[in-house]
Amino acid sequence: MKRIFTVLLLTGFVLSTLFVSCKKEETGTIKIGAIFAVTGGASFLGAPEAKTAEMVVEGINANGGVNGMQIELIIKDSAANPEKAISFAKQLIEEDQVLAIIGPSTSGETMQIKDICESYKVPLVAAGAAEAIVDPVASYVFKTPQKDSYVAKWIFTTMKSMGIKRIGVVAANTGFGNAGKGQLEKYASDFGIEIAIAETYDKAATDLTALLTKLKAQNVDAVVNWSIVPAQSIVPKNMKQLGMEVPLFQSHGFGNIKYVEAAGEAAEGIIFPAGRLLVAEKLADGHPQKENLVAYKTAYEAKYGEDVSTFGGHAYDAVMLVIEAIKSADSLERKEIRDALEAISGFPGTGGVFSFSASDHNGLGMDSLEMLTVMNGQFDFLQ
Amino acid sequence: MSPEQILQYIFAGITVGSIYAFVAIGYNIIYNTTGIINFAQGEFVMLGGMISFTLSKFMPLLPAIILAVLITAAIGGLIEIVFIRRMRKSSVLGMVVVTIGISILLREAALYIWDEQIRALSFFTGTEISSVNILGARISPQVLWVLGVTSIIVGGLYLFFKFTLTGQAMRACSENSRAAKLCGIKTDSMVNLSFMLSAGIGALGGCVVSPLTQTHYAMGTDLAIKGFIVAILGGLGNPIAAVAAGLILGLLESFSISILPMAYKDVISVIILLIILVVKPSGLFGSKQASSLKDF
Repeated sequence: MKRIFTVLLLTGFVLSTLFVSCKKEETGTIKIGAIFAVTGGASFLGAPEAKTAEMVVEGINANGGVNGMQIELIIKDSAANPEKAISFAKQLIEEDQVLAIIGPSTSGETMQIKDICESYKVPLVAAGAAEAIVDPVASYVFKTPQKDSYVAKWIFTTMKSMGIKRIGVVAANTGFGNAGKGQLEKYASDFGIEIAIAETYDKAATDLTALLTKLKAQNVDAVVNWSIVPAQSIVPKNMKQLGMEVPLFQSHGFGNIKYVEAAGEAAEGIIFPAGRLLVAEKLADGHPQKENLVAYKTAYEAKYGEDVSTFGGHAYDAVMLVIEAIKSADSLERKEIRDALEAISGFPGTGGVFSFSASDHNGLGMDSLEMLTVMNGQFDFLQ
Repeated sequence: MSPEQILQYIFAGITVGSIYAFVAIGYNIIYNTTGIINFAQGEFVMLGGMISFTLSKFMPLLPAIILAVLITAAIGGLIEIVFIRRMRKSSVLGMVVVTIGISILLREAALYIWDEQIRALSFFTGTEISSVNILGARISPQVLWVLGVTSIIVGGLYLFFKFTLTGQAMRACSENSRAAKLCGIKTDSMVNLSFMLSAGIGALGGCVVSPLTQTHYAMGTDLAIKGFIVAILGGLGNPIAAVAAGLILGLLESFSISILPMAYKDVISVIILLIILVVKPSGLFGSKQASSLKDF
C-alpha cells in the first residue's frame, strides 16, 4: 500500500513537472507583462495604474498566488510613447515570454500594439478608453474602461432631461479627445441636440478664455469638454471667470478628486459620467460592486497615501480579469487564457460588471456608468 | 463682433502673451551676457510654481512666493557655477545642448521630488470663480496680477539696465565681453548674476500664473518653445522687446481663434514668425547691425 502511494506520488510529481515545462514555466511563476505610461504626459493614468497592478499582484502572491503559483509582474514604462509601447510589447512577448499583457494606458499606444498582440496570439487587456480598441473585435484584445459611446449617450440623456438643446463642444487634440468629440457628433442628432460649435485645442493649453469667449458668443445652453489634465480644470475656471453660467459636462477622464481640487470652487456643479469607484462608499449596501470597490479603494489609499482614481481601477480590473482567466483556464497556454477571458461573465470589477462574449470584448453595459457631479468639493450622484 | 467681445479677446491675448513674455525675458537676459539660449528657462517657471505651492502650505502666500523666487534664483546661480562656467570655453552650440540637458535634469528631478500631479497656487485675490467686470469684459482678478507683475518687471529691468552700475556692467558684457573684462568688470559674476536674475524672473512668473494655468512638472518644454519664438520675434538680446513681442503673439493667437478654429492657432503663430524672419531676420525690434555681430 505504501509503495503504491509512493509510486503514485512520484508519477504525479513527474507528470506535473512535465506539465509545467510544457507551459515554459520552469520557475513555477506565471509571467504577466504590463505596459503603462508611468512617466510622461499620461503619467496621471500610468502611475496609479502601475501602482495598482503592483499592489494587486503583491496581495495575490502574499496569499499563496494563483493555483499555487506566484505571479511575476513585469512593468514597462512607455512614457505614453507609441513607439516605446511597440518595442516593449515585442520584448515582453519574445524575450520575457509573458502569458498575457495588461495596458497600455492610452488609446493611441493600444491601437499600435493591437495588431502585434493579435498576430503573436498574446492576450491583451488594455486600459485605453477609445472604442476602436475593441471595435472591430480582435480575438486577443480586450479592454476594461467603459466605451466612450456610453459616455456620450449618458451626457445626452442627462441633457435631454435638463431641457438642453444647443451645446458647444470643446476637446483636446489627443486620441482620447478626438474620439470623444467624434462620438458626441455621431449621437447628438439621435437625442435631438444641436452642436452649435465644436472646437479642438492643444492638449497643453494653459488658458482657454479666448476659445470660451467664442462659445459664449454662440449662446449655448451647455458646454461639453472632453479632455484630460490640465485642460479639464482650466475650462471650468475660465468659464466662471468669463461669467458663463451654463452647465459644464466633462468626460469620464475627470475621475480623480485631484482635478476637483485643482479647479477649486469652479468645479462645483460639473456633471460627468464615471464608474462607481469614485462614489464607492455612497453605494447601497447590496450593490454587487460595492465590496470590491471599497476594498480596492481602502487598500490603495492606505498603501500609497493618495486618492484613488478610476484610472487605477482600470488596471485593477485588467489584472483581476487575467487572474480570473488563469484560474478558470484548462492550462496555462495563451490560447486557453484568451478563451477563458472571453468566457468570463458577471465578474464584478471597479468599472462595472464584466461579461465578455465573442462580439463584445469590453463586456460592460450602459449601466456601468453613473452620472456624477461635484458637490462641496466631493463627487456625488447627480440628483 | 461686439466691443465687449473684442475687449475679451484682447484680455485673453494679453494674459497668454504675458506668460510667453516671462520666459522670453529670461532667454534674453542670459543671451545678453553669454550669447547662449538657455533652454532650461521653462523649467525655472515650473520650479517657481512648484516650490511656492509646497511652501504655501507652511506659510502665507507672499513669503512663500518670495522664498520660491530666491530658491529658484539660487538654483539658477548654481547651474551656472556647476555646468556653464566649466563649459564656457566650448562652442556656443555645445552650451545650448548643455542647457537642454539641464532642462531634462530639472524636469526629472521635479518628477522625483513632487510627482506627476497637477498643482495650482491659490488665487492672490478672490477665488477660482471670482471675476472682474471691465467695460463689459469679464476677467479673473489674477489676470490683473499677471499684468501688474509683468509691468513691474519690465519697468524694473529697464531702470536696472539703464541706471545701475551692475546693470550697465551686464550690458557691457553683452556688447563685448573682452572689452568689459579689460574695463575691470568681473564677467564671471555678471554671467552668474544673469542666470540668477532670469531664474528668479521665471520663477516669479511661474508663481503669478500658477493659479490660472496650473503647474505641472513637464510644463517647461512647451513654455520654452513659445518663449523662444517670442524672443526671436522681438529680436534676441532685448528683454523689453520680448514683452512687446509676447503681447503681439498672444493677441494674434487670441484673435485668430475668433475667426478660425482653434486647432490652427499654432500654425498661425509659426507662419507669422516665418514671415517676420524672412522680412526682418533680426526680429521685430532688433537692429540689423547688432545681430550681425552676434554668434547667432
